[in-house]
Amino acid sequence: MELTLWTYEGPPHVGALRIAASMEGVHYVLHAPQGDTYADLLFTMIERRDRRPPVTYTTFQARDLGGDTAELVKRTIADAVQRFQPEALLVGESCTAELIQDQPGALAAGMDLGGIPMVSLDLPAYSKKENWGAAETFYQLVRSLLKAQVPPPGTPKPSAQRWQQEGRRPRVNLLGPTLLGFRCRDDVKEVTGLLQEHGIDVAVVAPLGARPADLLRLPSADANVCLYPEVADSVCSWLERSFGMPVVRTVPIGIGATEAFLQEITTLLGIASADGAVSNGGSAPGLPATAASASRLPWYSRSVDSTYLTGKRVFIFGDATHAVAAARIASKELGFEVVGLGSYSREQAREVRAAAKALGLEALITDDYLAVEKAMAEAAPELVLGTQMERHSAKRLGVPCAVISTPLHVQDVPARYAPQMGWEGANVIFDSWVHPLMMGLEEHLIGMFRHDFEFVDGHRSHLGDGAPSMTPAADPVHQGPGALPVATTAAPEPALATAPVAASAATATATLEAPPAAAVEPRWGADGEAELHKIPFFVRSKVRRNTESFARERGIALIDAETLYDAKAHFSH
Amino acid sequence: MGVSVADAAPASPELVHPELLKQSGQREVFCGLTSIVWLHRRMPDAFFLVVGSRTCAHLVQSAAGVMIFAEPRFGTAILGERDLAGLADANEELDRLVRDLLERRPEIRTLFLVGSCPSEVIKLDLSRAAERLTSQFNGRVRVLNYSGSGIETTFTQGEDNALLALLPLMPSSEVSQLLIVGTLADAVEDRFCSLFAKMGIEAVRSLPPRRSTDLPAVGKGTKVLLAQPFLSGTSRALVSRGAELIHAPYPFGVEGSRDWMAAAAAAFGVDPARVAQVLDPLVERGRRALAPHRQVLEGKRLFLMPDSQMEIPLARFLSRECGMELVEVGTPYLDRQLMAQELALLPSGTQVSEGQDVERQLERVRAARPDLVVCGLGLANPLEAEGIATKWSIELVFSPIHGCDQAGDLAELFARPLRRRQLLTFA
Repeated sequence: MELTLWTYEGPPHVGALRIAASMEGVHYVLHAPQGDTYADLLFTMIERRDRRPPVTYTTFQARDLGGDTAELVKRTIADAVQRFQPEALLVGESCTAELIQDQPGALAAGMDLGGIPMVSLDLPAYSKKENWGAAETFYQLVRSLLKAQVPPPGTPKPSAQRWQQEGRRPRVNLLGPTLLGFRCRDDVKEVTGLLQEHGIDVAVVAPLGARPADLLRLPSADANVCLYPEVADSVCSWLERSFGMPVVRTVPIGIGATEAFLQEITTLLGIASADGAVSNGGSAPGLPATAASASRLPWYSRSVDSTYLTGKRVFIFGDATHAVAAARIASKELGFEVVGLGSYSREQAREVRAAAKALGLEALITDDYLAVEKAMAEAAPELVLGTQMERHSAKRLGVPCAVISTPLHVQDVPARYAPQMGWEGANVIFDSWVHPLMMGLEEHLIGMFRHDFEFVDGHRSHLGDGAPSMTPAADPVHQGPGALPVATTAAPEPALATAPVAASAATATATLEAPPAAAVEPRWGADGEAELHKIPFFVRSKVRRNTESFARERGIALIDAETLYDAKAHFSH
Repeated sequence: MGVSVADAAPASPELVHPELLKQSGQREVFCGLTSIVWLHRRMPDAFFLVVGSRTCAHLVQSAAGVMIFAEPRFGTAILGERDLAGLADANEELDRLVRDLLERRPEIRTLFLVGSCPSEVIKLDLSRAAERLTSQFNGRVRVLNYSGSGIETTFTQGEDNALLALLPLMPSSEVSQLLIVGTLADAVEDRFCSLFAKMGIEAVRSLPPRRSTDLPAVGKGTKVLLAQPFLSGTSRALVSRGAELIHAPYPFGVEGSRDWMAAAAAAFGVDPARVAQVLDPLVERGRRALAPHRQVLEGKRLFLMPDSQMEIPLARFLSRECGMELVEVGTPYLDRQLMAQELALLPSGTQVSEGQDVERQLERVRAARPDLVVCGLGLANPLEAEGIATKWSIELVFSPIHGCDQAGDLAELFARPLRRRQLLTFA
């Protein structure tokens, strides 16, 4: 038994529902009690879908349990098949139905469904979660549709370069995009365009938008692109084992990864690099022509304004794919310092651990958002890249945040084109990660003028008393004596590189744990307090925390101005 | 339209409704766990711990749209495979988890263990767990239990069960008092109390109370006034404790709110002239507030899908005070006793349906092409995409909609989708 106040992933049958709802012509009969229909709103509200997901629930009630729930299952299947005439039927159960053991899959197998392919889903609700359920459903569906086509053992693998002999363009499948996935709709468009530019066609995109008949065509492609390993990894591996189809596993998020992706796929398919499309022979030395011309990220990151991004402390948490990609972009392409990396995807924990290790970190693999918030507070980041939940945690800690991963919020389905993958994805990422931070010039000016009276407590806005008062968000508790609310044009951003004291380990916030009762807390002397109040409010709380922890470690009971500057020296590396 | 006084709306024998349409099939409704979302706000010193599955946790967070709280006052004890294998372990695990939780949340005074579909099916005895834990915490925290499972409860019925769980803790007293039962917004509750005080009824208590430990007494002197139409079990249990149930329509709209307050006043023998003196200005003002919305809603055809159990009172308000035509009034279940006053006020010929077969009901919606459909979140956008305006029913349980002063706001909730359609143009 595990206490959960909030969860990153739903139950596995919601993953199955994502597969069914992403496809056309598939219907899912779910043996589930009344109430489980809430899952419909994930699609109709978060994704703003214009139709209900293709699922029929048995919605059994207590009074049905005394009777024949198996009969209810069979009636529901028969009605759904007749009403929706699906091209393939998924049959499964949710957590409660799993306990009453009606085995809807077996019941369906005993029914005359008019020849519709039926896939019985066995998704253990008490040990697995949503992404696993999606991956398993996709795998079971593909496997059951394609098993008749599997060549006998010993059949030689088809060459990924056979398109050359067959006198056609090379073609690949894009596997893994689903509804309720992060920016899948736009990623598919971006990657399709990217491949087109390199002369590669997309044969089938699945599950998103695919029909069962499209899945039957999967083996006709030269290779599979595993765009979202959380969903497509098992399908790709099975197609590789059974049909000898090679898998492109690089996920093209970020400049380096997009380059590597193109390198991997063109090499695999035997596409000549003579046209210069992929090679490093472009005009900008050291930078491939395609990246430099197709995406603004490399230049924007080199432009002088971006120097303020150098060494920004960034904390990353999300699904494995997006977290690992974010770590690479942050450290290599934006010059951030990654101070925390983690994921809730246990199935892909190995990849996350490896990426963390390469950055000298230990990966945080957990589905407890409070543990993530605690790690975030301890890492004292200046930017958080996370899920919607980390956005809320970061807000509480006063740290800017950009969302990089599911679970999906209605805000993560923007009206505009906003992919994460490919060249345009890199542009989108640059904007959405950098905009929450203060612009370089702005920050420089604040550093330069920080001793001016405008930044000192008690200064009133030039709008006078009518100005909306803005209590400094970063220092809500420790208002100095006589401090007035400060209205200022400076963004109340709490973590700046030019701040007097650099970021460091902060104690966990009060919401996380009670302070240890026995510890002797250092006290602020008058001149220490006075010095502290010369510091702009938006970094003051961090300076206060750092100084206190510095004093605590050294057993300093009274903090004076010297202690503050000692702490500053200590923390500024 | 006449507004009746005191003994409120006698059933009119000449009213003819078509036979109740009973449906069984897929029910597109929330389960009772959803009511935690408003109950925990009503009682800030209570914690609601669902004992269930990942689905339960996902449902509550999806229905509430919650990612707002540092530490919300509700959570789920997610059963794992080990808990299913041995029930003794499940009890030990639950005790451990509750101890950890209460250690971290010392401000909690009442802990509700909320049963779910899985906990009911494996017959995890939460009442014994509650007893055991209450004695362990030795009065510091009271641990109660009720079921919010989908196999036993529909949406708002969760509140009925939660209140039933509080009932045994309510002291007995024969003192004369008015007991308002059903969660109201705090401001609305204050307003009702002050209005009742003006009519001379000073002893007014509420269930659920704002503080979970501040439970009202109940007994022969208690007159129960239901603020919500979904409290069948609670009202019967209160009557069995000696309380008297005041029969009235529910306080939605000017007419319903007036009759509701007037019925309470009559039960306390308040002079009708004094009642009129207090309520007439409210009625007059409420009607003025309604007028602009009535202009939008009048003559429009309304279809209510079964969901919150508030459908029948809302249909009464929308037809009688806003001039809407009722195509079909769905209700998850029909409690004829609690709905007697409301059914009597529905216009002759209203088709009421009980239960749901969502596909067939949607066929009726498409055939009737109503101007507005009241439905759950799973159906709203798909119907909008078919060109049918909708109003989400869940907003009705989160918004302050009770009372004469709120009648205009309540009408506005239904007028807004229609007004919005008028506003938008992409030509």
